[in-house]
Amino acid sequence: MSRVFRWAATAAGVLLLVVLAAVAVFLLIRGWAAITASDATLQSEGNLPPGAHNLAGYIGPLIFGTLIAAALALVMATPVAVGIALFVSHYAPRRVAGAVGFVIDLLAAIPSVVFGLWGAQILAPRIAPLWQWVADVLSVIPGVTVRATATGRSMATTALVLAIMILPIITAVSREVFKQTPHLHQEAALALGATRWEVIRMAVLPFGRSGVVSAAMLGLGRALGETMAVLMVLSTSSGTGYSFQIFDSGVLQTIAANIAAKFPDSSGLAVNTLIATGLALFVITMAVNMLARWIVSRRNEFSGAN
Amino acid sequence: MAQRIDVKDLNIYYGSFLAVSDVSMSIEPRSVTALIGPSGCGKSTFLRSLNRMHEVIPGARVEGTVAMDGVDLYGPAVDPVAVRRQVGMVFQRPNPFPTMSIAENVLAGVRLNNKKISKSDAADLVERSLVGANLWKEVKDRLDRPGSSLSGGQQQRLCIARAIAVTPQVLLMDEPASALDPISTLAIEDLISELKASYTIVIVTHNMQQAARVSDRTGFFNIEGAGKPGRLVEIDDTATIFSTPRQQQTEDYISGRFG
Amino acid sequence: MSATSASATASTAPGPDNALRELLTSVDRGRQRKNRTMTGLVWAAFFLAMTPLFSLLWTVLSHGLAKFTPYFLLHSMRNVSGGMDAGGAYHAIAGTLLITLGTTVISVPIGLLAAIYLVEYGKGPLARAVTFFVDVMTGIPSIVAGLFAFAVFAIFFGPGVRLGVMGSVALALLMIPVVVRSSEEMLRLVPNELREAAYALGVPKWLTIVKVVLRTSVAGLTTSVLLAVARVIGETAPLLIAVGTTASINFNLFAGRMMTLPVFIYDQYHQGPARCARNATNCLVSINLDRAWAAALTLLLIVVILNLVGRLVTWLFAPKLR
Repeated sequence: MSRVFRWAATAAGVLLLVVLAAVAVFLLIRGWAAITASDATLQSEGNLPPGAHNLAGYIGPLIFGTLIAAALALVMATPVAVGIALFVSHYAPRRVAGAVGFVIDLLAAIPSVVFGLWGAQILAPRIAPLWQWVADVLSVIPGVTVRATATGRSMATTALVLAIMILPIITAVSREVFKQTPHLHQEAALALGATRWEVIRMAVLPFGRSGVVSAAMLGLGRALGETMAVLMVLSTSSGTGYSFQIFDSGVLQTIAANIAAKFPDSSGLAVNTLIATGLALFVITMAVNMLARWIVSRRNEFSGAN
Repeated sequence: MAQRIDVKDLNIYYGSFLAVSDVSMSIEPRSVTALIGPSGCGKSTFLRSLNRMHEVIPGARVEGTVAMDGVDLYGPAVDPVAVRRQVGMVFQRPNPFPTMSIAENVLAGVRLNNKKISKSDAADLVERSLVGANLWKEVKDRLDRPGSSLSGGQQQRLCIARAIAVTPQVLLMDEPASALDPISTLAIEDLISELKASYTIVIVTHNMQQAARVSDRTGFFNIEGAGKPGRLVEIDDTATIFSTPRQQQTEDYISGRFG
Repeated sequence: MSATSASATASTAPGPDNALRELLTSVDRGRQRKNRTMTGLVWAAFFLAMTPLFSLLWTVLSHGLAKFTPYFLLHSMRNVSGGMDAGGAYHAIAGTLLITLGTTVISVPIGLLAAIYLVEYGKGPLARAVTFFVDVMTGIPSIVAGLFAFAVFAIFFGPGVRLGVMGSVALALLMIPVVVRSSEEMLRLVPNELREAAYALGVPKWLTIVKVVLRTSVAGLTTSVLLAVARVIGETAPLLIAVGTTASINFNLFAGRMMTLPVFIYDQYHQGPARCARNATNCLVSINLDRAWAAALTLLLIVVILNLVGRLVTWLFAPKLR
């Protein structure tokens, strides 16, 4: 009996590894038809958008859109998340800090479809004038034309919603790292006559840097794969090119949202094509996550040795 | 450079808990004052109230005055950050900043106030401070190595160099040798004897031989029981405390340990 | 200001004290300003993050309450068309509960066993690999989980297949790593003394795990399962791919499409404003969005309740480990 139990537990552990491998294998099997199809077949049966002549021409702009959305979200979320983490670990009175932790958990628990609904219905129309203004200001630069959509359903708004969604995870990981800053080093800085901010700059941030980096990577991984918020906020049929018009609508699209938008009405080779794009997304997010986790685990060994 | 400190009627609290009660003492400039007493008697808490490090803990506060040459450190216009600059501190465990080199560690405090210190001035200051901390000869060839690459005793002297680099009036040392081996301890004690020529030094120690060796005056703190506040029993010349203390408690404590 | 007035008094009464007084009261303007600026920024970050949260909670509540009625909760969308002021989320609620139940049935045994493996048996490279890849698995995009379930089932049932159980499989892929992670934490909280005490009595290892370790941590494990359920119950994208949509009630996980609450929200939103004839009586232009908001409120309530119950379980039933 003991052996059976041990065997079952080990099998469950191994099963996880098998499943992860199976995800890659099944996506590859189902996407294979699209990967190997000739350009002509893809164009006639693969439901490629106008302008795309082969699989690379289809996936390329989507990857570009995905990266733009995630990168913008990361740029917006990280400073705020680090700020909140510092607020909880070093600024807020203890009772307030506990409440903030709860509120951040609450933010993390809100389903993405609700974020999408809110982003499209509430945020987009209200933030559109701001984007319009930014676009006008940027257009003053000679040779630069920045368009902005009046609906607000642009990549900029999408990225803002994504930023709000990845805020909790970046905050949570950074907060843990900041809390672990050795008291010794903070006291050393204080005793030298450092202000609170100088203590943070001298002792807390250098200590937490790698932790914040991995927190941001985890956030990036989540933003890359997020579907519903993008699908609902961004008003786009499909991304067809490489463009930086983040305030405009109809130019950029992400892999995940593209799949969700087209999958229900697709059949045949079009499905295989979508699965091939899913495989690309899987590879990108796994790479980002593995890098983030690798940084975290290396960090754990380091702090364990201390 | 060195200043006297007059403590008058000092009560130290953690929230509503009175940790140290009613301390009055004078600390002479250019001398070493040792604070001894059993664990939990409040001597470290008292030490931390001398550079306003005590109040960093949420809810912690003090009543009474700590005057440095007549200026109350707890006066209304006084900035705690400025106080800590004038009253340096060395901790029980060596705590050089792990991400900084040896030279950067020495300059850490100076850089706060003077960002544009010239390269040659900085190099001079590093050398002066490390010489002052008896560490120069050992590290002069590896100033850009991380501070954490040094041995424990060297790290502690690096921390002393870091503290004196900002030219404070007073140096507080909270059991500076308790985490070190005997040879490093000796090096620190020698250093303390040299430093008292230019600084007012207050040292907390649980090692009475150490107090006897390095200090000019010794204060004995005691606590009556758990939950009761710590008190200063007496303070006098070190020779007097260790030979003919006025209080019975002091004699018990000292003889008990020397036994 | 205070620095200049302090130096003014200093000049009227020269002496060593006053030089020192000035040292102690003078503050470096630049450093102080920077410190204050950063304090302000940190507080600003906090309020900045609170704004969307409260805006979102407030809108869901205010927009959702209008149609959040017993009728809405107890009727499906069957035979509802156009801008009819009718229809509800009953079929979606049922679908969500069934599919999530299926997910839980798949995830909990596997997740718990894997956690037991990591805590009680795992050593060496295999355990390290499992730990690492469980963490990596938490980052699988939900849409990829949906595609995976589709790819697996399509092999057996053809490319047009949409089943409730496919949704369960997709969600399980997302839920298992969460269960493993949090149960692992709970199992590690059980003190080793308890295990050793059991071994000392001659209890075999597997029985120790079942009778001592799991027994001690049952409250914590319940909490981790509830929180994991709360995490996946709002997933939309995989269900959109694997389960599809329907207007009718379907209680069978193994036959046909099912509606789920998150997909219902998206579907209603996607339909946009209804077209009403000029003098139609039973027609609301905003009906689809109203349903979407009401469904969002329902979903949010389910998530919040799961979270609260989860915390309550730990708080009430966790053994006091000394």
